[in-house]
Amino acid sequence: MAEGATAVAGAVKPRRELDRAVVRFAGDSGDGMQLTGEQFTAESAWAGNDVATLPNFPAEIRAPAGTLFGVSSFQLQFGSQRVYTPGDRLDCLVAMNPAALKVHLGDLKPGGLLIVNTSAFDKRNLDKAGYPSNPVDDPTLGERYRLHNVDMTALTHEALKDLLLNTKEKDRCKNFFALGVVSWIYTRPLEPTLEWIGKRFAKSPTLADANTRVLKAGHAFGETAEIFGEHYTIEPAQMAPGLYRAMTGNRALAWGLLAAAERSKLPIVYGAYPITPASGILEELAMHKRFRIRTIQAEDEIAAVTAAIGASFGGAIGVTGSSGPGIALKGEAIGLAVMAELPLVVFNIQRGGPSTGLPTKTEQADLMQALYGRNSESPVVVLAPATPGDCFFVAYEALRVAVKYMVPVIVLSDGFLANGSEPWLIPDVSTLPPIDVEFRTDLEGFFPYLRDPATLARPWVRPGTAGLEHRIGGIEKQDVTGNISYDPDNHDHMVRTRAEKVRRVAQEIPPTTVNGPAGGEVLVVGWGGTFGSITAAAERAQSEGLSVAAVHLRYLNPLPPDLGHILRQYRRVLVPEINSGQLVRVLRAEYLVDAVGFNRVRGLPLSSDEIHHAINQLLGST
Amino acid sequence: MSTTGAGPAATPKYTKKDFESDQDVRWCPGCGDYAILSAIQKSMPDLGVPREDIVFISGIGCSSRFPYYMNTYGFHTIHGRAPAIATGLRLARPDLTVFLVTGDGDGLSIGGNHMLHVLRRNVDVTILLFNNRIYGLTKGQYSPTSELGKVTKSTPMGAADRPVNPLAFALGSGAAFVARTVDRNIPHMEAMLKRAAMHRGASFLEILQNCPVYNDLAWNVIYEKESKLQYELRLEHGKPLIFGPPDDRRAVIMDGVVPKVVKARDVQESALWVHDETNANAAKLLADLFAPDFPVPVGVLYAVDAPIYEDLLLEQEQRAISERGPGDIGKLLTSGDTWRI
Ligand code: SF4
Repeated sequence: MAEGATAVAGAVKPRRELDRAVVRFAGDSGDGMQLTGEQFTAESAWAGNDVATLPNFPAEIRAPAGTLFGVSSFQLQFGSQRVYTPGDRLDCLVAMNPAALKVHLGDLKPGGLLIVNTSAFDKRNLDKAGYPSNPVDDPTLGERYRLHNVDMTALTHEALKDLLLNTKEKDRCKNFFALGVVSWIYTRPLEPTLEWIGKRFAKSPTLADANTRVLKAGHAFGETAEIFGEHYTIEPAQMAPGLYRAMTGNRALAWGLLAAAERSKLPIVYGAYPITPASGILEELAMHKRFRIRTIQAEDEIAAVTAAIGASFGGAIGVTGSSGPGIALKGEAIGLAVMAELPLVVFNIQRGGPSTGLPTKTEQADLMQALYGRNSESPVVVLAPATPGDCFFVAYEALRVAVKYMVPVIVLSDGFLANGSEPWLIPDVSTLPPIDVEFRTDLEGFFPYLRDPATLARPWVRPGTAGLEHRIGGIEKQDVTGNISYDPDNHDHMVRTRAEKVRRVAQEIPPTTVNGPAGGEVLVVGWGGTFGSITAAAERAQSEGLSVAAVHLRYLNPLPPDLGHILRQYRRVLVPEINSGQLVRVLRAEYLVDAVGFNRVRGLPLSSDEIHHAINQLLGST
Repeated sequence: MSTTGAGPAATPKYTKKDFESDQDVRWCPGCGDYAILSAIQKSMPDLGVPREDIVFISGIGCSSRFPYYMNTYGFHTIHGRAPAIATGLRLARPDLTVFLVTGDGDGLSIGGNHMLHVLRRNVDVTILLFNNRIYGLTKGQYSPTSELGKVTKSTPMGAADRPVNPLAFALGSGAAFVARTVDRNIPHMEAMLKRAAMHRGASFLEILQNCPVYNDLAWNVIYEKESKLQYELRLEHGKPLIFGPPDDRRAVIMDGVVPKVVKARDVQESALWVHDETNANAAKLLADLFAPDFPVPVGVLYAVDAPIYEDLLLEQEQRAISERGPGDIGKLLTSGDTWRI
């Protein structure tokens, strides 16, 4: 915990100022930890802090209560400066049951705050978590951490004793007791949560009353109970002025499409099959029919992408979204869009794999799949957002490029970005680049594969245009005429042309931003959801006086035209990824640089600590 | 490419020639597909749809070459997926008239799932399933409609899987229009094509088609003059199920819940089974009839109106717009919980 020197005087209990804090709420999947975390996030955003979150929940919908694999958690970091990641080690852990303590204790800093709901530490739960004896009775726990045993269930019942609710209903309120306590500890405003309670329980005043009472009881408990010696404030962060909202990656992808639909004045057909962690995009889009977003919950992944391609053939914009397993199924159809040279946007919300893998955990191991995972030479544009809010801009960009170049674009988000949220400066939509679609209507000199000299895009014709009737398909075609052709030289020419078309998209890439010195010892190159961890690690190294810079790639195919030059300005290149080394191979192959990977594939975001450590190791090596 | 497009006001008077593309047709000589192509090109002018508003979509297989030969818009896609492509197209462009050309392998094997769903959703497309009971393009493996025991290159000792019945499949999938015709019966084929095309919603037309190269005369029972006379049962709405040569007219009647063939003159008029295109249960029984124990029904088995997928979805869109106005991204971004820094 980065602590300021001054204790704020005048409060009943001493108040200390912090730069930042990392808090994790952990409990059973039935304990409402996701909601608790989201509310604490809302309170922190309201307090003007920058925030990054990491929800983490089991794949099972109703995992058996009390078990280790049924533990659900929500972590966030909030601070008075830019917060790039949800944090590495915890300053505060709330453990609602023994299983949660067992799973998460290892991440708590020595001396960190440990708040334990003792009422859940009964024999049954201890057995399920595999504790032979009650860990809170072990004195070493209190020596290593600032342990606070709180009987939350009893205190919740006490607060609700005169309310007509059954035991189960009362039990369910205890997460708000925990929220109240932690809100007091970090001096969070309760308003956003009270407002939420009012809205959520508008139809059941008793439950609204109950949750309000328990939240306030938790808050008062922090203030009055003997056990908490002090509490903390975190000053509002210095953030760019403007209007902010909380944004998750999946919602941002969806809203980016809405913006693109509005700007291009074209309907979007979004085909999808339910899959974790991408389903949220389908659900979000289905709510916004007013934007002429037409969603199809297709019969399978293949139908989802082919319906999108059918829509593109019709002059709408076809978009599909899934996770790695679904993308594997869509491969052949993406090849059809490559061949038919139709616009298509494909979202891949990457998760742990292969096969079913870790459906609710994050990973970055589908880069090679996006670049090469189809039969034959099948080049597509590949983009990756860096933060939840960035998903908005990347979705928009993907669509813009897809229609301009008549090419499929794959967007690689991930489970961490999809569910994670950040305070997002709401952009002025008029500053988004235009998406001007011009359908071919001119009969004069028309051929289906006549190309635009700058983009190599073929003309997009809406069926219904008289005189331009033509046929396209997945069979190799003669350039220009579009007639079926098995001619060897034509095929070679078309393979090169399709590749060149994707290469030309490099015209769209702005100069690469280098965070740090323009040359030096180590360049850290990353892509996708590791942006926060890499930036935090690189900036820490810089503040320690080390010669380290960082570059984060949004365009993975084509690569930025200036990247080769930048890579050569540093003695070593480090590529941290949540895979076994995919971008690093691309960079080595593409630029003949001796880049090295830093790879952990644990279903979790990389921590900035471990990246910082890797930077130091690389600096120390010769 | 011809430039004789239609204006929006009136559909020009087309002839068959207007629907012939400039591509060389590449089916084997004698293939049933030629007759089907010709019948379709000939039927098109009668639909009264401007040529530029017509789209042919296909998957993969001999039949799927079809779009290249039609001078309309066309999309030759990937194996089995044409129903899903057509669904997306209809949702994007409900103003277009969409035909889907498929075969027994494309439509009922690799694309069986999509066929099920395009039918149950009742997307407004006309599905032409060319059934030749064999894989032609891949040179002669058995198909999902090949009979049990069928000896082919991939089943030298006979196919061990039982065939699927396309009509029963379509009805079981909830199709609202199901019909059958034969490639060697040009006038009937034209009549069925027009009815299928005019029907709103997914219309499923099975066309019994001959593959002279890999499965010649698979449908001989309905080709050969004598046996055709014996077995062809022309379904006509409101007419009794009577078939057979003039001197041996027979009727299909219901014996309890089981169809049965009897001599027509032995049946009271009131006991005859009168065809009713709107009777789903009767259609399911008809779908299962086949020679030699029963006649081979051709014609419209079932035709009713049913809610159309894209109509419903686009109505929802219109309702959302009329109730709350068109989407405004600027407003959406600033809606809900926001705060100023
Ligand atoms: S293989 Fe059979 S179905 Fe295919 S084109 Fe030749 S004859 Fe026709």
